[in-house]
Amino acid sequence: MEKRIANNIAVGVLWVAAGITVAVLGAIILYVLVNGVRVLSPEFIVTRPHGVNAEGGIGPTIVSTMYVTGLAMLICAPVAVLAAVYLAEYAHQGRVVNVIRFAADSLASVPSIVMGLFGFALFVEAMGIGLSMLSAALALALLMLPIVMRATEEAIRAVPRYIRWGSYGMGATKWQTVSRVVLPAAAPRIITGIVLATGRAVGETAVVFYTMGQAINIPITPLDSGRPMTVHLYLLAVDGINLPAAYGTALLLMIMILGFNLSARWILKRYRKV
Amino acid sequence: MSTTDTSSSVARGTLRLVSRETQVKEWLLASVFFACAFVAVLAVALIFAFVGWKAWPIFSEVGISEFLFGRVWASSEELYGILPLIQGSFVVTLGALVIGTPLAVGTAVFLSEIASPGVRAVVRPAVELLAGIPSVVYGFFGVVVVRPIVGDLTGGIGFGPLTAWVILAIMIVPTIAALSEDALRSIPMGIREASYAMGATTWQTIRKVVVPAAKIGIIDAIILGMGRAIGETMAVLMLVGNAPQFFAGIGQPISTLTSQIVMDMGYSTGTHRTALFGMAAILFLISMGLVLTVRLVSRLRD
Repeated sequence: MEKRIANNIAVGVLWVAAGITVAVLGAIILYVLVNGVRVLSPEFIVTRPHGVNAEGGIGPTIVSTMYVTGLAMLICAPVAVLAAVYLAEYAHQGRVVNVIRFAADSLASVPSIVMGLFGFALFVEAMGIGLSMLSAALALALLMLPIVMRATEEAIRAVPRYIRWGSYGMGATKWQTVSRVVLPAAAPRIITGIVLATGRAVGETAVVFYTMGQAINIPITPLDSGRPMTVHLYLLAVDGINLPAAYGTALLLMIMILGFNLSARWILKRYRKV
Repeated sequence: MSTTDTSSSVARGTLRLVSRETQVKEWLLASVFFACAFVAVLAVALIFAFVGWKAWPIFSEVGISEFLFGRVWASSEELYGILPLIQGSFVVTLGALVIGTPLAVGTAVFLSEIASPGVRAVVRPAVELLAGIPSVVYGFFGVVVVRPIVGDLTGGIGFGPLTAWVILAIMIVPTIAALSEDALRSIPMGIREASYAMGATTWQTIRKVVVPAAKIGIIDAIILGMGRAIGETMAVLMLVGNAPQFFAGIGQPISTLTSQIVMDMGYSTGTHRTALFGMAAILFLISMGLVLTVRLVSRLRD
């Protein structure tokens, strides 16, 4: 009987651990929602912040965030997907592949502040791109690269071998097989990976802080600077000015990230074949 | 593997049948893919080179031991000793691990061993969402919610290690939980069934069979969680109080490598700035060291 009691206690403790995790998430979402929903309005989303207390909306910061993450995605996705194609379909396991994997793992673990300083040193200063959407997007793309690479490689490896054999059997070349058979079959999971990585980029702060600048500005060309939502939230929170706007920004950020997560989930459920 | 051999020999066989043009095209495409994969290596090399190059003066002018073991960080007096900051980083990281690891591993064990599919469908997405919340939002939540509570407890304003521990612990839960769960789920079902067949309870099976079998995967997960904590910038910056001094209590402000970089980056010049790049280089080396450790630990399993 003693082991039954020990079992019940232990199982109870594990329930509590999982319960705390869910409760914390609920608390953060609820807190930001309750405080943020009051300031959320169409004006808040489209107008510019002005005055010493950053009154008004956060329009330009939303544009900057979407601009830079979109650009980062466009830079990152092709490279990451093709890199994963190489690792999954072309590479022979060996030293080279080991080095590439180690590099990808290292890249995934680079602290965002290090990536920020690196982006500042290379893109902003050495390459002379300046504080701009392009500099920030390049640095963010490097941050997203290992995430998309891993998701794509897993997606490609999940495609059953016999589909490839069918293609080869009909006389297709390797590239024909990869481009017409393997990639379409793996597409839903690849897109899910890209969407999730983009969601990660939306919430990134330290990287864009040093590569994009802080000027409140609606970016038009990739060489324009701007201030993303995360940096705006940081500055509002640290200065303690205009807390309602900070709550509103935090809520909008969470909604955007929730949107990315949910659409990734939906894509996977809707189109998953393999 | 025999399957790869067949497929590549099939490809090789067909190549002889296709035109020279197609052969060249296939070879070019393969090279392009290799180049893309090599971008990752190039990026790491560039980070190493550029951060190292910018940091070089601090090592050559001030000296490595002066920099690493100097006890005072005071840029106004040109004292660039980062020992208090290194200590701060480790204090913050270890505290977060102590709080976060039981929670994360507990959640992972719950997900893989106890939760019914229905419960799992709620908890698993919650863990993934926690991973998606931006660190600046965590920091903001810490400032407005956790800080006042800690302030009441410690009799200060609430900036310090304790506040950072609580928030950082939550932030590393998804990393550790997701990777631990993968490790637990990769344990074959037959091992569990054998344990249950001998009359073991769920808890006995977890403690004596499943967790020991997944031990290395869980250790990997904790090391990667540590990497996340030590490199975390915004949330820590907003919560530790940013006073570059040695740890003096859970309610006393400290500073970390990451937060001090952000504090000083805006106005630093000359040697001061190279010191900040030196700190970034050290952070980079620490995170790479952790990745290397995970690789070595994983090799033990094979």
